[in-house]
Amino acid sequence: MKPVGTLYLWTIIIGGMLVTYTTRLSFILLIPQERVPDLIKRALRYVPPAVLATLILPDLLLSDGRLQLDPQNFRLLAGALAALVCWRTKNTWLTIGVGMVALWLLSSL
Amino acid sequence: MKSTARAECLAGIRAQIPILLGVVPFGLIFGAVARSAGIPPLETQALSLFVFAGSAQFITAVLIAESTPAFIIVLTILVVNLRHALYSASISPYTQHLPRRWKAVLAWLLTDEAFVVASVRYRDKNSAHAHWFTFGTGLTLWAAWQVSTAAGIALGQVIPENSLLDFALPLTFIALLIPLLIDRPTWIAAIVSGLSAVILSGLPYKLWILIAAILGVAAGMVAELRLTPAEEPSR
Repeated sequence: MKPVGTLYLWTIIIGGMLVTYTTRLSFILLIPQERVPDLIKRALRYVPPAVLATLILPDLLLSDGRLQLDPQNFRLLAGALAALVCWRTKNTWLTIGVGMVALWLLSSL
Repeated sequence: MKSTARAECLAGIRAQIPILLGVVPFGLIFGAVARSAGIPPLETQALSLFVFAGSAQFITAVLIAESTPAFIIVLTILVVNLRHALYSASISPYTQHLPRRWKAVLAWLLTDEAFVVASVRYRDKNSAHAHWFTFGTGLTLWAAWQVSTAAGIALGQVIPENSLLDFALPLTFIALLIPLLIDRPTWIAAIVSGLSAVILSGLPYKLWILIAAILGVAAGMVAELRLTPAEEPSR
């Protein structure tokens, strides 16, 4: 574990709090709600899947910045298996459990 | 009058309890994996206390582990939590009669889970005390999130650190993502942003995260407009 700066962390905590609370307060207290553009309302639906996929795919496909599409890429195999389990069961614990066990088994073979 | 307020509050607490089954595991995992991102216990709990937004906190942990500049992290939290503005808009007709401090408190508690439960309550016409319901349901979730984070931090101190624990984060994201892929536009949004992220991942300051996410959102909207040109989007 590498040490992370205290000032850096608290900048993120306070900044994250301010932006999050502002979005939650926005239409309750700050802006009249009939001003939400329809385009924004539609776009918001795609933010969670887009952000999550952005974080998952490079983590599974890249190793030291290089594409790894061979069977030696255990994270990709374990991640794909976990995705399959999640798709069939929608169970959070099972998804994480299967993924971890799969990675552990593959890397100790 | 007072008993109605209390009854609403209790009903709000009760309505939130089944949801906690899905939330507590994420709190535990967040508390545990924050350590492998290098975040000390105090700051880990502070993220839950002050930011209080599950997926944004997980993303923050990943970005901190990769030494992303604070400015980019805060911007990413903003983009991830923009959907709360939508919740704020749909709750606002029911909070207009309330004093400012009530609005401030309800906005603080306005998470995905509280919103889902509260909007079911607001479908009922008789909503003079419904803000007590929303308060009860939001506070229950907030308390559960704090306690599960703390338990996760304690757990993270005792289990040994290794690469398997690092893998819990992408797995958590997979568990969050798969249930969101409900139609073609959401699939397209995920595929386009994921592939863009792989291609752009060399960009400095982790700018690829925002760019890939925006490309994915745009692709999802284009897909939606092409697939359902005349009718309203299904939700």
